[in-house]
Amino acid sequence: MKEKSDSSRRSFLRTCVAGAVGLGATKLAIPAPVQPDNAPKSKVVIARDPQLYGTGSSLDPVRVQKLLDRAMQSFFDLLDPIAAWKKVVRPGDVVGLKVNTIAGPGLSTSVVLVDAICERLKQAGIKPNDIVVWDRTNRELTRAGYHLSSDPNRERVIGTDDKNVGYEEKPSVYGSTTTHFSKLLTRTCTCMINVPILKDHSGAGVTAAMKNMYGVVDNPNDFHSNNCCPYVADLYMHSAVKDKFRLSICDMFTACYEGGPSFQPQHTWKLNSLMIASDPVAHDYTAWQIIERKRAEKGLKTLTAAGRPPKYIAVAADTQHRLGTNDPQRITLVEL
Amino acid sequence: MTKPQLSHIITSSSLALALFFSLACGKKPVSATANPFPESNQVQGWTRGDEIRTFPATELWKYIDGDAEKYLKAGVESTSTSDYKFQDKFDAVVDIYTMTSPAGAKTIFESEPSQGATTPPVGDSARLYEQSLVFRQGKFLVRIVAYQSSPLLAQGLLDLGKRIDDRLIK
Repeated sequence: MKEKSDSSRRSFLRTCVAGAVGLGATKLAIPAPVQPDNAPKSKVVIARDPQLYGTGSSLDPVRVQKLLDRAMQSFFDLLDPIAAWKKVVRPGDVVGLKVNTIAGPGLSTSVVLVDAICERLKQAGIKPNDIVVWDRTNRELTRAGYHLSSDPNRERVIGTDDKNVGYEEKPSVYGSTTTHFSKLLTRTCTCMINVPILKDHSGAGVTAAMKNMYGVVDNPNDFHSNNCCPYVADLYMHSAVKDKFRLSICDMFTACYEGGPSFQPQHTWKLNSLMIASDPVAHDYTAWQIIERKRAEKGLKTLTAAGRPPKYIAVAADTQHRLGTNDPQRITLVEL
Repeated sequence: MTKPQLSHIITSSSLALALFFSLACGKKPVSATANPFPESNQVQGWTRGDEIRTFPATELWKYIDGDAEKYLKAGVESTSTSDYKFQDKFDAVVDIYTMTSPAGAKTIFESEPSQGATTPPVGDSARLYEQSLVFRQGKFLVRIVAYQSSPLLAQGLLDLGKRIDDRLIK
């Protein structure tokens, strides 16, 4: 596949290190990086389209598809979006899309975005029925606008609480976490794409890629003390998670800077963006900066001052976890 | 739908059925007067969804996941919720948090930023936004959240909030 080489295409890209994002008036405590100096940088792409909602309150599916394509092309440095998707999946994969629907239709992963991802997955050679859109419960999926489906000719849409799914009987243990994983993760899907949304979180501070894994286990309520730390990082260390998730595509069309994870519309804003990363730590570090920038703009305390620092992000990057980097000097942020 | 969720569903179509479910679950029976959720058309323009779900404190995480922690710290006893629709166009949800004391409701209410809100005379204290109304009344904290925005909503939210306030056991 021809690699992107057109410099004019690149000219509209602004590439910078993530440390420049969202710092504003906020000083963040950055732990010492664990990667050696020659370690490769983690790439994070943020693509924006101010016209994503057009003149109304509904997303424009055509613009969402184009936005997704731009982001994928940039992330993989390819001209063709299908070629980019072929870097993620192969025919024969059963691809899970783990969405986040707990907050209802106001603040859940957009159906329009998931439709756009499904379209490209199929064009990349994935059979419709080998795509599984899923979350904790059928009820939450339905409330968020998804149509449940077990039709063998189309994508499956299903919650772990479906009578045909459930959680593993045998517990999995890592560090502070003992849990049972959804069988959709352990048995049904051969690989996963994380499709979270960007939210403030009353305990963890920020919920984006890694915190979305609380929706793949049966006992997330056990993991909320101490700002969800080290639980978020420990949960991601289970091989069922770490080895299957290939990419995160964060829905930032509407995001939440306060009052999360529930939907409080007065504290949301239309960011008209999506973010792509394969490094979940770099992803969540960048998400944190975005939330802090918005909070500063609104005159709110930093998350640390508010008593909910997202400290699990640094733990996920430490020498025991090494799930990615939270060092802004090791993150290449591309904003489109 | 999970078994615990099922056990807490009360259908609006039959009070007798609600009573049966409540008794079967060993919960206190829900009487008509104890139900603070207005029926369809009791408030102009508002229709209620089919069910009222109630989550005891220990199961609140099943409804709001991580948000449950702050309510637990403030002493939540249970949370009831029902969907509504306004003028057949706007979807909304009503959440009623029953705390162990008025102090618990006040703790939650006052922990939230008031920026951009007006303060209508509902309950002991209230905040009205473009798409939501939150108020506290004694040991209750009530949240009405619409999923779409419209200039038509503010008065509707107020009307529904006042009727819920009237129906709360004081």
